[in-house]
Amino acid sequence: MFDTQGMLRSAASALEAFSPGVSPGALSPDLLEQLRGAGSKELLPVPQALAELFPEGGVRRGSTITVSGSSSLVLALLAEVSQHQGWCAEVGSPLLGSAAAAEAGVELERFVRVAEPGEQWPSVVASLLEAFDIVVIHPSPRAREADMRRLSARARERSAVLLVTGNWEAAHHTSAWPGAQMGLTVIDQRWHGLGAGHGYLQAHELEVQSLGRGAAVRPRRTTVWLPQASGQLPQAL
Amino acid sequence: MTAVRALAVWCPDWPVIAAGGSAELPGAVMHANRVVACSAAARLDGVRRGQRRRDAQSKCPELTVYSHDPGRDARLFESVAAAVEAIVPGIEIIRPGLLVVAARGAARYYQGELPLLATIARAVSDATRYDVQLGIADGIFAATQAAYAASIVPAGAAAAFLAPLPIRVLDRPELADLLIRLGIHTLGDFAGLPRSDVLARFGPDGAYVHDLARGIEIRPPSARVAPPDLDVEMTLDPPIDRVDTATFVAKTLAQQLHERLAVRGLACIRISIEARTENGEQLARSWRHGSVSPAVSTAGFTANAIADRTRWQLDGWLSGTIRSDDGQPSSGLVFLRLVPDDVIHDDGRQLSLWGAQAGASGPGGDLEQIDRALARVQGMLGPDAVVTAVVGAGRDVAEQIRLVSWGESREVLPADAWPWPGRLPAPSPATVLKSAQPATVTDIGGHPVVVNGRCVVSAAPGWLRIGQQPPVAIAGWAGPWPLDVRWWDRLTARRRARFQIATVDGAGLLLVCENGRWSVEALYD
Repeated sequence: MFDTQGMLRSAASALEAFSPGVSPGALSPDLLEQLRGAGSKELLPVPQALAELFPEGGVRRGSTITVSGSSSLVLALLAEVSQHQGWCAEVGSPLLGSAAAAEAGVELERFVRVAEPGEQWPSVVASLLEAFDIVVIHPSPRAREADMRRLSARARERSAVLLVTGNWEAAHHTSAWPGAQMGLTVIDQRWHGLGAGHGYLQAHELEVQSLGRGAAVRPRRTTVWLPQASGQLPQAL
Repeated sequence: MTAVRALAVWCPDWPVIAAGGSAELPGAVMHANRVVACSAAARLDGVRRGQRRRDAQSKCPELTVYSHDPGRDARLFESVAAAVEAIVPGIEIIRPGLLVVAARGAARYYQGELPLLATIARAVSDATRYDVQLGIADGIFAATQAAYAASIVPAGAAAAFLAPLPIRVLDRPELADLLIRLGIHTLGDFAGLPRSDVLARFGPDGAYVHDLARGIEIRPPSARVAPPDLDVEMTLDPPIDRVDTATFVAKTLAQQLHERLAVRGLACIRISIEARTENGEQLARSWRHGSVSPAVSTAGFTANAIADRTRWQLDGWLSGTIRSDDGQPSSGLVFLRLVPDDVIHDDGRQLSLWGAQAGASGPGGDLEQIDRALARVQGMLGPDAVVTAVVGAGRDVAEQIRLVSWGESREVLPADAWPWPGRLPAPSPATVLKSAQPATVTDIGGHPVVVNGRCVVSAAPGWLRIGQQPPVAIAGWAGPWPLDVRWWDRLTARRRARFQIATVDGAGLLLVCENGRWSVEALYD
């Protein structure tokens, strides 16, 4: 038997990896998308409250997604993977809050961090993509486009998910990380539980929009309550 | 081939003893809620290995529970090993608590096996406070069983000695289950089966344990010497004198050795760890594969197992036995070599059809792959660059996080479980800033807000300005929550007031006012 899916996948990544600057315009976008999707049909689970944002109901393995405006949103995505025995890694600083991660349901034992990758960050991320289910990176603004493309190609090859954080403008967040299939942006947020001199921060209401390529080209919006594990309204407010 | 006379030194219930328990008091070492080892007193009350904590405690309410720490077991066992080695050279540690050594030459020197045992027992009890049991028999397996029974089995009588022992002592749970169902309960019954039938039905591993049951041990304590090019060594510059650096070195070397063996299709069942200190002392210790009857096909040490043995050994050396005459540890290690003493052909391992571990059908990654990837990153950036977090003791958002380098134990300290009044309630901030950002807080009228010595706010905060950014209006606030820590020490004392603040654009922040200055410590984003 031929490993057709593997061949398709490596063909797709070869296209991206070896002609980073050139858009493969010779191929129809449909075919390219098909090539990209081949072999990575598997989905990583996402919390129920966020499923609406993903056209397939989960994060497709091998894809690159960007999240801007909220760290708890990142933690919610990691928690679901972690709850399914997945391994998560994080590169760059500031690191996501560990106490918040534990509260969100991330297994800290399977959440490995590299805070100071320095100049070698592309190699570090590439190594981690080999083995981890999901790798969160906080890239510096000086990241080179060639590195970005190469890392997205590596994620696709290894069927890992590359999750890029950053406060990019909602309008062109997909262009900020050239290999990204999809971006999640917080367009509105509100904290509940705090009065004038009393109470404490209890529940975070976020309105999140997803926008991307392929099936995700139509913007989707949903309102989530974090950091409640279920994403639902807390019992007592 | 007749087996070599071997002498086994066994410390009963070693993990409990190493943890600080004693045989007379009921104590047990627990790991993952199961009993790993228990003291003799606990055993009398019905505590058994593999029992759940609740069951063990209901059998024996006064049970003292110790945490499981293989590193500690190995470190303390080093003193026993050193005491034995002073009498008989060439010891091999099988696992912390059990070591074997070839007995023939030493027995001749001490004029008999009984005087030899007496000498060793006295040496160990003089050097350490631990109890040991000793045994001599033909072959490592029989010698170990003899040590459990504290007896000397005469040459050639191993089969008769082993015959009444239950089949479970072979350390093959699956095979033992099957044999018991077939009505074979003792090693004698098993040894009585025709060898060719055992080989046909149970394969090479079955035939190997069948030989053990018959008192035949093909593999003598030190069989073949591996070709010299399999050794891996490393010169350590700067010298290592700390266990955490040793851990990383151990891991790198173990990986190299394992790869070298793997390309030749070999696996290692005994390894010598050799080191030299800055002052020129030579140290060496052998470790045999952790079972007295290593399985034929999966016998070899894995890379991780080699790394563990090396780390334990270095830990043992660094925490005490390298001493110059005045009793001080003399110096760090400058050279380390791993020698695969005893190698066998690696017949490979068949991964189970549905993956190596339960739950592998989900996203779960392959642990070996994870380990390899992280070792590569540690190689690039140093061992401390790759961490996992433990949420532990402390009141501050930053203070309560302990980062543990990958490969080190994420042990829970007693203080982690204590109550820490003054912690902020959950949810915790999702971003903790590396360094606090200075900010200005003013009331509606633009006057600076201050907190006085009695922790009263001068006015309701109205505007927040972070650094040079434009000011934002405050929608809600709570606080001040005072944190007055280490007031007894002038240098480290800190008095702070913490506030949670929500701005009109929906952001939540953790602010701190210290000495009249405001700063943002963390973001609830």
